[in-house]
Amino acid sequence: MKVEQISIFLENRAGRLTDVTRVLSQAGINIRALSLADTSDFGILRLIVTDHERAKQVLKENGFTVGRTSVVAVEVDDRPGGLHAILELLSNNQINVEYMYAFVQQTGKDAVMIFRFDRTDQAIEILQKNTIRIIPGDELYNL
Amino acid sequence: MIFDIDRETAPREDLEPLQLSRLRHLVERVHANVPFYRRKFEEAGLRPEQIKTLHDLKYLPFTEKQDLRNNYPFGLFAVPKENVVRIHASSGTTGKATVVGYTHRDVRNWAGLMARAFMAAGVNRGDVVHNAYGYGLFTGGLGVHYGAEELGATIVPISGGGTKRQVMLLRDFGPTVLCSTPSYSLFLHEAAQEAGIPFSELPIRVGIFGAEPWSEEMRLDIESKLGLIALDIYGLSEVMGPGVAMECAVAQKGLHIFEDHFLPEIIDPITCEQLPPGATGELVLTTLTKEAQPLIRYRTRDITSLDYVPCRCGRTHVRMSRVKGRSDDMLIIRGVNVFPSQIEALLLETEGLTPHYQLILNRQGAMDTLEVRVEVDEKLFSDEVRHLQRLEGKIQANIKEFLGVTAKVKLVEPRSLTRSEGKAQRIIDQRPKV
Repeated sequence: MKVEQISIFLENRAGRLTDVTRVLSQAGINIRALSLADTSDFGILRLIVTDHERAKQVLKENGFTVGRTSVVAVEVDDRPGGLHAILELLSNNQINVEYMYAFVQQTGKDAVMIFRFDRTDQAIEILQKNTIRIIPGDELYNL
Repeated sequence: MIFDIDRETAPREDLEPLQLSRLRHLVERVHANVPFYRRKFEEAGLRPEQIKTLHDLKYLPFTEKQDLRNNYPFGLFAVPKENVVRIHASSGTTGKATVVGYTHRDVRNWAGLMARAFMAAGVNRGDVVHNAYGYGLFTGGLGVHYGAEELGATIVPISGGGTKRQVMLLRDFGPTVLCSTPSYSLFLHEAAQEAGIPFSELPIRVGIFGAEPWSEEMRLDIESKLGLIALDIYGLSEVMGPGVAMECAVAQKGLHIFEDHFLPEIIDPITCEQLPPGATGELVLTTLTKEAQPLIRYRTRDITSLDYVPCRCGRTHVRMSRVKGRSDDMLIIRGVNVFPSQIEALLLETEGLTPHYQLILNRQGAMDTLEVRVEVDEKLFSDEVRHLQRLEGKIQANIKEFLGVTAKVKLVEPRSLTRSEGKAQRIIDQRPKV
């Protein structure tokens, strides 16, 4: 049920983001979603790609520090209160969101959000119990 | 004016017999009371009575900083512990600090030597001394403090830091003497100007600056900006603290080593052979009067030269030139001694691995800055910003805690640090050269 996300450590200097996209482009890897967290000194680029194994390998070959994290892709009703309902449910169950970002594409009428939880397995269990759809990795990478 | 006119102006033919008799006593004392030295003498096949002239000094074994560390904390004491009235120590990571003990007489001798230093700077009773050297385990603050009191001057023990308060007291107490690192004096000057206090109009007329290397250009800069006469003081905690040598205000040309208490030599740091007078090399000091923790031929690692020509101030004691550099990789950052290996050890302790790191030293205005760049490898990396920031904060706090220096820690990408021929270049010192 989890989705593999790769993350890359980047120094805040011109051209580093371009270096990442170049490596991925040359390897024929498509970026499905991304988020960039940054401080004054460094940034962390988080990516969902079509082939995370290969992406990690080519990035490492090019000298990047690459990490891999399990995140959860959740379908969110594209209407007022859609995201709120999900966050409230998780909050009531003492699950903390470390970070989240939006997926580029929609599934039908719904939006897709990527979540990193402090307790991933419990979060999945609760979401499923409440019939909130989780998109498995294989489906998401090729959405 | 000369504080101890008999001793400080003694002709060499009177000084040398005194040095020799003190040296012979010293050798007997450490042989009898310090197992470390007894072993060293035995290894060298040397008996105390074989030291018959000052020239025999060269047969004695050296003492190095590592010997102090190996005998941490009290292994080099030459007196029973209850005779030690004070302990100072250098910063260091656990178990690596160098400890120095003082008997009551050591503390009094030190005060007397610092009083000599003050008087060589033209300071006397009636002067007010603003002492911005750090008080505590560091010898700077207390060394200067006791010397000023011995002289009968008024001491303001403000210690380091709290620059705004320092400026306020410079204005309100009207000190005539400033003791600090040379770079801090420039920092104080800037802070005073910012507060609308023209520094050069303050009554301060003498600055006694030490604990870090500085150049002749910096002296001229300080003198013109601060409106005072800037003098160099030398000392190191292992040997005593400040007051081992002092520049006189009369000649302002070299620092008089108080030779009745410290026997200096210059050696080639590679071959360890003694060099002739005037040659540049590493300063080696033997403490002639220290009771609690005497040192034989202590390798200071400071590069200088000795001038035996009598000085026009009347003092006969040899003059060392300002310290030109180090024969090891020790860095002096805002007066704090830091070895790259200490930072490496801290990084290792922080996350339990050997990260690639680089130390960038710079000077912003008058103050040294230290940036520690650490490469983020997969073991350190986290996809959460707060984890990485916590790591930065932890390293920074450890450096401050154990080494007493404020550093900026910056996480960088792997392989972004300069390497020459595969070997990492650990230190980039961009400060102006001395």
